[in-house]
Amino acid sequence: MSLLATRGLRAAYGDFQALFGIDVTIEAGETVAIIGANGAGKSTFLRAIVGALDTAPDMVLLDGRPIGHLPAHQVVRHGIALVPEGRKLFPSLSVEENLRIGGDFLAPGAWTIARVFELFPRLAERARTPATALSGGEQQMCAIGRALMSNPRLLLCDELSLGLAPRLVQEIYQRLATITAQGMTLVIVEQDINRALAAASRFYCFQKGHVSLSGPTAGVDRQAITRAYFGL
Amino acid sequence: MNWYAILVQGALLGGLYALFAIGLSLAFGIMRLVNIAHGDLITLSAFVAFMVVDTLDIHPLASMAVVVPIMAALGYLMQRGLLNFTLGESILPPLLVSFGLSVIIQNVLLETFGADIRRLNAGDIEIASVTLPGGLTVGVMPIIVFCIAVASLGALQFVFYRTRLGRAFRATSDDPATASLMGIDNRHVYSLAMAIALAFTAVAATMFAIRTTFEPTSGPLRLIFAFEAVIIGGLGNLWGTLVGGVILGVSQAVGAKFSQQWQILAGHIAFILVLLVRPNGLFPRMKD
Repeated sequence: MSLLATRGLRAAYGDFQALFGIDVTIEAGETVAIIGANGAGKSTFLRAIVGALDTAPDMVLLDGRPIGHLPAHQVVRHGIALVPEGRKLFPSLSVEENLRIGGDFLAPGAWTIARVFELFPRLAERARTPATALSGGEQQMCAIGRALMSNPRLLLCDELSLGLAPRLVQEIYQRLATITAQGMTLVIVEQDINRALAAASRFYCFQKGHVSLSGPTAGVDRQAITRAYFGL
Repeated sequence: MNWYAILVQGALLGGLYALFAIGLSLAFGIMRLVNIAHGDLITLSAFVAFMVVDTLDIHPLASMAVVVPIMAALGYLMQRGLLNFTLGESILPPLLVSFGLSVIIQNVLLETFGADIRRLNAGDIEIASVTLPGGLTVGVMPIIVFCIAVASLGALQFVFYRTRLGRAFRATSDDPATASLMGIDNRHVYSLAMAIALAFTAVAATMFAIRTTFEPTSGPLRLIFAFEAVIIGGLGNLWGTLVGGVILGVSQAVGAKFSQQWQILAGHIAFILVLLVRPNGLFPRMKD
């Protein structure tokens, strides 16, 4: 059985419908990329999965069980964590507090502060500083660490590379590879197609709230992706 | 009275104002809720204390052991059952609903207890005094009130910066949507915040009711004092609230030196002067 499946997932912001029946399956242990142009519904898709948007119960299935109706603070208890677009660190909290709050209200597990610091040594050096004093790359590491502190089975990453220097993006993706090598299931949303396809084994291309193309990333036809991306 | 005495008495009175302000400051700091009913909740709490003292025949200070949990429970229920539904993008709905609550509480108190003026009798401790260096004699009660205010702020400081719950308060205040991704149930966190706010309100009310008389319509003036203390100190700054309370208390004491009628007015004037010079208060919370 798939770890996560969406069945005809629809979601809207008020009167504005952003997703029109998305079918996506994620198997345990794999890395899946979601690509698509601005406004294709990629971030909305992640937000709908984590319960930040209203969806019908059976539109989102975790281990085959409906979770579409659960609010965000309960979805994370079932092992789905989101690294939100724009990092969204808490400005009033220090780096260490931002990490701690990721696990404060959830059952303890394999991920601890020490293990996050091991993964991102830069954060250990700056544990006491306010999260806003970090550089963009360090903030992204902190946001990933915060999500890991919830001990997720499925980690959703939204636009990790946005606004970061290529060198830092490289570093962050290397660390993610370390985590997936240990068995973490990963969904990455990216506008950087090459980056996303290189990191993932399968991909879905979104276009205007629909899945326009999907398949394994190995040997994918670039022209087909261009067409699916821009809707040509 | 010399200036030394005025400063000390005013500063001690400021402790009471800081206690008034804590609940208001918490509700605004954590959930952007301007609680217009805060003053009436102080009065309600004073009446609850009055009933507890009357029924159980215990000392007013001991009554806090009963009144504080009652008010905390009431705070949780009020937030969970009513005020949570008013929170959103705009600060106007909670403002209007709490204004409605204010009117309801005043009238229920009037209906239940009548318009009589009441106070809590704390016995000998009310007239006990100590002599400070410089030969100034001050009441023990105002000193106790001031110490409770400092201890309360210290306790809150500890909760906010040293505990899991405090992290949740600050995170939810920063960004409730992202906080919920951490497994934090915002409705529960807000309700806990209001429970803590009303627990401190109960302490403030008991001190207030021992110090002065109260009646069902005493609330609005307490609300104004609390507002002024919070705003002088800077919104969202715990220790700023104490400074705000002290400035308000000292201004009132100075005003009273010239004429009794100037007491309240002098506090308001000090408030306006601070606003003119520092529109965000003296110590606004640094953020972003």
